Amino acid sequence: MTQSRARALLLTPAGLWYAAMLLLPLAVVLIFSFGERSAIGGYAPGFTFEQYANLPARFAAFRNTLTLAPVGTVAALVIAYPLAYFLAVKVSPKWKTMLLVLVIVPFWTSILIRSYAWIFLLGGKGIPALLESIGLDDVRLLNTPFAVLVGIVYGYLPLMVFPIYVALEKLDKRLLEAAADLGTPPWRAFLQITLPLSMPGVLTGSMLVFILLMGEFLIPAILGGGKVFFVGNALVDLFLQSRNWAFGSAVAVALVGVMLITVGVYTRLVKRFGASRDDVGLM
Amino acid sequence: MRLYAWAVYAFLYLPIGIIALFSFSAGRSASQMQGFSLQWYGRALNNPFVMEALWTSVRVAFLSAVLATVVGTMAALALTGMRGRTRKVFDLLVQIAVMIPGIVIGIATLIALVSVFDLVNPWLEGLTGWKLSLGTGSLVAAHGLFTMSLVVLLVRGRMETLDGALIEASGDLGATPMGTFWQVTFPQILPAILAGFLLAFTFSFDDFIIAFFVAGAETTLPIYVFSSIRRGVTPEINAIGTMVMAASLLMLIVAQLLLRRSQAQARR
Repeated sequence: MTQSRARALLLTPAGLWYAAMLLLPLAVVLIFSFGERSAIGGYAPGFTFEQYANLPARFAAFRNTLTLAPVGTVAALVIAYPLAYFLAVKVSPKWKTMLLVLVIVPFWTSILIRSYAWIFLLGGKGIPALLESIGLDDVRLLNTPFAVLVGIVYGYLPLMVFPIYVALEKLDKRLLEAAADLGTPPWRAFLQITLPLSMPGVLTGSMLVFILLMGEFLIPAILGGGKVFFVGNALVDLFLQSRNWAFGSAVAVALVGVMLITVGVYTRLVKRFGASRDDVGLM
Repeated sequence: MRLYAWAVYAFLYLPIGIIALFSFSAGRSASQMQGFSLQWYGRALNNPFVMEALWTSVRVAFLSAVLATVVGTMAALALTGMRGRTRKVFDLLVQIAVMIPGIVIGIATLIALVSVFDLVNPWLEGLTGWKLSLGTGSLVAAHGLFTMSLVVLLVRGRMETLDGALIEASGDLGATPMGTFWQVTFPQILPAILAGFLLAFTFSFDDFIIAFFVAGAETTLPIYVFSSIRRGVTPEINAIGTMVMAASLLMLIVAQLLLRRSQAQARR
């Protein structure tokens, strides 16, 4: 058997899987988005731009997603950076691995259960009760944008810490020593050396978190109480409750479109800052 | 700085800790600690709906992880050192599978499968008296699609760090290509394959959003937990959550150890 035939045989099952479960479904969504809703729900064939013209009906979902996703990304970045810096620069090698694993572990455990935990902390007997004891009455946290933001940061923090850590870890410490020898104050060395050199990690982490946030459903569903909803929640409603597949498909296509544009802009930025794709660790 | 790190770790682990703590409560309230007991664990483990959902989740996670690992490893082997259009197409497919939000994969799979079933079922039923529907099969196929892509990335990453000299030496010493593969290459990529399997299992076991769309009449454990939360929090859910997290944790530790070993080998 020739090598190219062996390769073809090895690739066939994966190729078929991608064709049937990835390409076909995505093509169906695209086709359905130009169709119509049938009288009994579901899909009726057609060719119309009506569904796309109707997108403003879900404006609130897009607005919430496009506000809370960037805000959540930035908040996660602000919290993650000092921790990544601490892990990469300050911690002794003995503890490094363990502390790093402790950051990553939550990411690989059920986000459903981790988000649900915040119902206790933000609910009446949690933080609001604490605030009451210091005189702040009637603070409602659950089912507010703030609750969703906390859930987002909590859920995706690990994914932000890791790439920044990798970038900072690779940083040549001799550069900082040289800067210190030349009399540069530490804060300037940080701004002029450490921060620019860690940009690839910052950009990778932000992109990963932002992409995942765009498709988020669970966190707003659990902590937003139906008041703070994302495009993901609109999609669940359109496909599982009102069964408007044509319009739902148009919303999904619009979501992926917005995502691709963002990723495109980001990739440009990343190229400019010279990031490498290898920074994207899975664990 | 150190204080800050402690605060972030507290932020990461406090909610998990609270669930675990409340799960041992003896009282009926889900958000208060009243005494200590294991009664909620007993309750959860004796709840037929929970056990049914757990069994569905384990079955789907196991089947999808096995398929994803086998198919993904095969693809990774073929793709290593490959150039040209096929390689580019597969790289793109892996990227799309990893990047497209789970919710979009979920709805796309739902409407595609339902449409295909609607087309095929009338004559399939006439022919065999049997028809296709959403369930374990669609769950396995949808979860496996994503996790297969993870396996491809992991195993290909490991393949690319392999020492080519070992493979040449094996060939020079008269081993057949198959012999070289099983005796030289395979043992070296095995840790990456096993880590891929465990990650695939964990992903499938924890996934809610894809399963929510393609589960059909089946209920996986995350779907059960989600619909229970909708009805209100109970200590029983805390107990289930604690057990699920403990199981994921165990899987992860093993996966980490395997990856570490694979990286250590790569450095040698």
